[in-house]
Amino acid sequence: MSMLETKALTREFGGIIAVNRVDFNVERNMITGLIGPNGAGKTTLFNNITGLDVPSSGKVFFEGRDITGLPSNKVCRLGIARTFQNIRLFKDLSVIDNVMMGRHFHTGSLRNRTLQAVLSYFQVEKEECEEYEAAMKWLEFFGLENLRNDSAGSLPYGYQRELEIARALATEPKLLFLDEPAAGMNPQETDSLMETIRRIRDLGVTVVLIEHDMKLVMSICDNITVLNYGQKIAQGTPSVIQSDPAVIEAYLGTDDDEEDF
Amino acid sequence: MGSAGMFFQHLMNGLTLGGIYALIALGYTMVYGILKFINFAHGDILMVGAYIGLFVFDLLRGSSPLGPWWIAAFFIAMLVSMVCCAFLGMLIERVAYKPLRKGSRLAPLLSAIGVSFILSNGAAWLFGTHSRKLEYPFDNSPISIGSVVITPHQIMVLVVAVVMMVLLKLFVGKSKMGKAMRATSLDGETAKLMGINSDMIISLTFGIGSALAACGGMLIALDYKVYATMGTMIGLKAFVAAVVGGIGNITGAMLGGFLLGLLETFGVAVFGIPQGFKDTIAFAVLIIILLVKPEGLLGKVEKEKV
Repeated sequence: MSMLETKALTREFGGIIAVNRVDFNVERNMITGLIGPNGAGKTTLFNNITGLDVPSSGKVFFEGRDITGLPSNKVCRLGIARTFQNIRLFKDLSVIDNVMMGRHFHTGSLRNRTLQAVLSYFQVEKEECEEYEAAMKWLEFFGLENLRNDSAGSLPYGYQRELEIARALATEPKLLFLDEPAAGMNPQETDSLMETIRRIRDLGVTVVLIEHDMKLVMSICDNITVLNYGQKIAQGTPSVIQSDPAVIEAYLGTDDDEEDF
Repeated sequence: MGSAGMFFQHLMNGLTLGGIYALIALGYTMVYGILKFINFAHGDILMVGAYIGLFVFDLLRGSSPLGPWWIAAFFIAMLVSMVCCAFLGMLIERVAYKPLRKGSRLAPLLSAIGVSFILSNGAAWLFGTHSRKLEYPFDNSPISIGSVVITPHQIMVLVVAVVMMVLLKLFVGKSKMGKAMRATSLDGETAKLMGINSDMIISLTFGIGSALAACGGMLIALDYKVYATMGTMIGLKAFVAAVVGGIGNITGAMLGGFLLGLLETFGVAVFGIPQGFKDTIAFAVLIIILLVKPEGLLGKVEKEKV
């Protein structure tokens, strides 16, 4: 059984069908790529899986459980985390505080925590300490530990991307969605990102990524799904995808379109 | 009385008034920080808080003579009033604002004005339009410290206001829930992805803000009267205090509250603004702030998200 499956997932925005009856599968412990031209519906599909948006029809199953339309805080608690195409850090908070936010629900339910916080201020401090160490572990994973007290918004772009991934990992997900993680990165940064994604996979986290950098996608993905105009047009290993005529057509256009270039 | 004595006298009066403004301003600013929405019913929650406090206090003290029991009864009444108003605030949010959250930003604003009318007219209908007096729970005869005269009431107001603000600062800065609150106000959608239940955080914010309003309502009811529209002017002024301090900023609301209290007191006492024009001071300050520093004293300029 796939770790995550969507069944005929559809999302319409007033007559425009952004995602059209898509069956998308993610296998455990693999790196899955989701590619397609701009506007193909990749981010919409992510949003509908992670609870930021509710599908018009169709189903989402995670580890066999129907999670269709579940709010994002509950999706997070089931073990799904994500990053955004346009980085969404808490820019005014420090680097370490951002990661500690990711650890939020690991310290018991909010309701109980507040009660305890009122009853024993001391206990919160202790817990805070363990949490701090756990957050530091993730900063060290990305080599960001020396920047822990800087404000997140002041970091260079590449570090902000890494910090956002660190924060997502701090929620200890089983499944991590990365939306264009290499966007705006130079070739060296992209190479190091590829290495990072492999290290994340080696931790036992299943990774799904949207990416336009074909070199990255083709070299690290085990499985690729291609969307075009909201529909799934291909699925398979990198070599299968590279030689798929429908994919080539979607990316390069048919002969008729050529005059548009 | 020497001029230094006079100065301290006005300072004391201004801080007392300002402490109450600050308590109420906190509710406006916390809600705005999270929902970018002005809860215009906040002033009326204060009125409900004052009524509940008055009734509970009168019930508890019964016909017993003035004594330590009255003080205990007063604080029990304050606690009851704060808890009731916290639930009232959460109920209002659930019924009148939450269903409109996805619509236009104007809709909850209009709904808030509606709630405000319902509360003030409801109170007038239930309790009558005459004003009532909340008795001092202690002998309020002034105490002289050097040349400065302060009343026990002023001391209590300052102590209660400062304690409440310190507790709130600790809660928001240190507790898990407070951090979830900050995350929600910075970016609600992302906070949710961290597993934070933002609906519960919003509800909690209304609860805390309303409890603080109830506390402020009881403190002000001791010096003024309790009546159905008592929350209108004080609510507006506390709103001004929140804007002056930088709406959405908790420290700003406290600063704005104290500043406004001091300006009103000194404006009348030192700069000779006629008593009848006292209320205009707050709004003049609002206009000046909006012209000179629209984001408020501690506010941040909001950058448009791309």
